[in-house]
Amino acid sequence: MVERTTTPPPLQGPTAKEKKYDRQLRLWAASGQQALEDSKVLLLNSGPGVVGVEALKNLLLPGVGNFTIVDEAEVSEKDLGVNFFLEEESLGNSRAEETCKYLQELNPEVTGNAIKKSTEAFVEIPSILDHYTLIILIGPTKDSNVLEKISRYAQDHSIPLFYVHSVGFYSHFSVQLPDQFPVVDTHPDPATTQDLRLLNPWPELLIFMREKVGNLIFQSDHEHGHVPWLLLLLHYLNVWKATRRDGKPPKDYAEKKEFIAQVAEGARTNNPEGGEENFDEAKANVLKSLNPPSISNGLREVFDSEDCQNPTKDSANFWIIANAIHKFHTKNKGLLPLPGTLPDMKAQSSDYIKLQNIYKAKARSDIAEITSTIRQTEETLNRNPPIEEKEIEAFCKGAQYVKLIRGRPLRIAKSTEPIDWTDRAQALSQELETSKMLGQESLLPIYFAFLALDRHHDELSLLHQSRTNDPHPIKSLIPGARDISGATLPLPNFVESAHFYTPAVDVDKDPKPWPRFDTPEAQVTFENVVKEIERADGAELHNISALTGGMVAQEVIKVLTKQYVPVDNTCVFDGVASRAGVFNI
Amino acid sequence: MVIMANGVEPSRKRWTYLDNFLNKPGPTTDPNWVPGEVTINGLETSKVLVIGAGGLGCEILKNLALSGFKDIHEADTIDVSNLNRQFLFREADVGKSKAECAAAFVEKRVKGVKITPYNGKIQDKDEDYYLQFQMIVCGLDSIEARRWINATLVGMVDMENPESLKPLIDGGTEGFKGQARVILPSMSSCIECQLDLHAPRAAVPLCTLATIPRQPAHCIEWAHIIAWEEHRKGEVLDTDDPEHITWLYQKASARAQEFNIPGVTYSMTQGVVKNIIPAIASTNAIIAASCCNEAFKIATGCNPWLNNYIQYSGDEGIFTYTFEMEQKEDCPVCGNLARNLTVDPNMTLQDFIDSLGDRAEAQLKKPTLRSEEKSLYSQFPASLREQTAPNLSKKLSELVVNGEEIAVSDPAFAISFKYKLIFSS
Ligand SMILES: [Zn+2]
Repeated sequence: MVERTTTPPPLQGPTAKEKKYDRQLRLWAASGQQALEDSKVLLLNSGPGVVGVEALKNLLLPGVGNFTIVDEAEVSEKDLGVNFFLEEESLGNSRAEETCKYLQELNPEVTGNAIKKSTEAFVEIPSILDHYTLIILIGPTKDSNVLEKISRYAQDHSIPLFYVHSVGFYSHFSVQLPDQFPVVDTHPDPATTQDLRLLNPWPELLIFMREKVGNLIFQSDHEHGHVPWLLLLLHYLNVWKATRRDGKPPKDYAEKKEFIAQVAEGARTNNPEGGEENFDEAKANVLKSLNPPSISNGLREVFDSEDCQNPTKDSANFWIIANAIHKFHTKNKGLLPLPGTLPDMKAQSSDYIKLQNIYKAKARSDIAEITSTIRQTEETLNRNPPIEEKEIEAFCKGAQYVKLIRGRPLRIAKSTEPIDWTDRAQALSQELETSKMLGQESLLPIYFAFLALDRHHDELSLLHQSRTNDPHPIKSLIPGARDISGATLPLPNFVESAHFYTPAVDVDKDPKPWPRFDTPEAQVTFENVVKEIERADGAELHNISALTGGMVAQEVIKVLTKQYVPVDNTCVFDGVASRAGVFNI
Repeated sequence: MVIMANGVEPSRKRWTYLDNFLNKPGPTTDPNWVPGEVTINGLETSKVLVIGAGGLGCEILKNLALSGFKDIHEADTIDVSNLNRQFLFREADVGKSKAECAAAFVEKRVKGVKITPYNGKIQDKDEDYYLQFQMIVCGLDSIEARRWINATLVGMVDMENPESLKPLIDGGTEGFKGQARVILPSMSSCIECQLDLHAPRAAVPLCTLATIPRQPAHCIEWAHIIAWEEHRKGEVLDTDDPEHITWLYQKASARAQEFNIPGVTYSMTQGVVKNIIPAIASTNAIIAASCCNEAFKIATGCNPWLNNYIQYSGDEGIFTYTFEMEQKEDCPVCGNLARNLTVDPNMTLQDFIDSLGDRAEAQLKKPTLRSEEKSLYSQFPASLREQTAPNLSKKLSELVVNGEEIAVSDPAFAISFKYKLIFSS
């Protein structure tokens, strides 16, 4: 089947919406845009309350359909020096309502709701969270039980949850995704995505190659200079294999170098340019295009999982398709379905189009094979309705770059017990070590400082509860509030309770000492972080919150559109050193 | 340490949060830093110039106003307008001056800040204008304007007068990626030193467009470059005019049909013709805030600032790379060495000029060339152009000797490159 463009030119240009969103539609297309417009985002706001509002700004501008702000605060004068979505007249009013009003002005197509309530009161009956597609929770939460309640509910109901801190020059956010969060449309870099299957050509491709390259030496200069490079490589591969005892294509770097030299000899140099562009392209593509099929780690992980190998009636579509592709991969000795895209190359228009059609036809036949496996599985499992063709097609096209993120619950710092790091100790220790080797301090201490902050708040809340009859109410719930009798700043102590003591690791088997925060240098780093956080006294800096709001919004967009690859799962930004760190916590 | 009497003055109450950083040092603050009034005054009297009122520029204005700057000037340039990223405008504002709308909006939201808009080309202002600022923050789409301001600021540096050194903070985005950099003109790597990082996409050869199109973009470029000239000669193509884009789209579609090339769309036509870079609000927010965070640290000294480049990439997870970009000794703007350039002595001057346009570090549009002895080719004035035009068809070996230095300048960028021509054997 040959694809033809017979679409008549439209009589009018793009719609108003296409115009308005033009620059972003070039990134996530209409499907991504629809996902945003169908979403309802919940912001559980507290503290100075800027970072969450800034994140919302970056979500409303691109058209996230609906947002809700829960915030118990009333607008005070200091809000006016840090929050852009308030005005003088807002003073004394509900901050949820005021910020909602000014945010909504940004995009008339978006609807916003404001609820003047504390997070704790709002989630009293957690099923209220069912109304939302995604939750942004601003830390520190006052009470670890509330955080735990939200985290657990979100986990059980597969609602993505972002937990965010922004204090002074530092910020942090953790993303709690559902247990399984597959991304098919990862938008890999086009420069790395070519699978042209030159080492496994199929008959149609070889026939075309013979047609174009069969009489190479008798071709006119014009013809010779326009043979598409991949046909040249196929031809020289045959020549190479014929002269080798093992009949195998060039396998290592040295052989490929030799092969490049052979290709180069075929180029005509007695022309005005002193060479041929198509031959140059052929040489440049040898290292990249003559590799035996292999699969990415991301896809390997998908193939290896139980859900892929033994899908059930209730499995997500993703697993049914993954299962069929896995079978294809096994049957075809390591090949993945052909993506079917062809890079541009020096060629005559008609040859290029013919080649493009050969690739497209092969891709379609691979998809057909996979679809038929899927239909069999569906029948065996008695699944209905059948998976849509376009979903199968999208998976086949991007199979190599599919990512499966396994959501992990947030780590919750409680005043009553230390966090058990057993399962992550090794990875996090590794992170500290690697950073040291690279000569850049790890930003992990900032994450720990934020956990310490949470823990401090939890302690204060316990204290508060035990002193409900106290005539002196606790004024401030921020660190550095040293005036609270009996509550010394607990940050350094926290390190001792949360550091990487690893009871599960057998020290005898792994004699390498674990890097810990109780080494003198690590202690200094950590103390400096704590001091900078204390300096903030709970304040947000607008720039850091705006920046973090931008990062959070990027990640939210990726999660809502299921396009590009969201961060897995914790990010820290250091506004002093101007860099970010990412950890899998 | 300056502690204000009786807590905080009523007028500064709204800056309570900010003052936590201005009234006390942190662990990484320079030990000689003086907190309190001096620092606060310094911040409030700093005059900052923001260039660009697009998506980045709007964010920058907002962020600077909420960082405690009080005297902000902003210059708009010709920039692609797009409401979804430019939150300082309402639909009712379309058609009004962008710089003025943005200024009025921020002044209303952040009381006490004065924003002075300037409508016009930044190139029309002279050194005296730029000398009044403490620093310049740039959020521009256009590489030309960036290169111009960079060269101007480097040229202004007078070693005798430390006030003449104006830090330049520059941000740029594309899709989920972006970068922010701090440039201390003449002291650290400048925009020109880093030009090859931002090389333009290679242009499609004209013969591909004319005879062997293969991609939808080739058909669009053909309509843009060849068909327009042929059918609407003399008419200026306005890429914001839907009639013009529709015309190009229809021409491109017809050509695509002729060659069986699938995929030409209206949106793609617009993208190719206007060279549209995908942009989203969140990336602008990240990069603008990063620039303003540095501006705030530079203006107050409350923490060390970026030395000197941060790259942000958000399409696959999050990745940042913060590093010190090296100054180039042969930078045509801030360096003083000639760059070696190997050339074929049999090449004509015209071919040589054409090849300069393709070089990543040069990207020149209308170069003028001088050897140590004489003018080789000059675009302006017309008399000199006529006089030097015959050189264009001469071989390089007829015009210069092996190893001779030549100066290449382009009025569009206020730059002059020095090349030492080495003849290939
Ligand atoms: Zn330079």
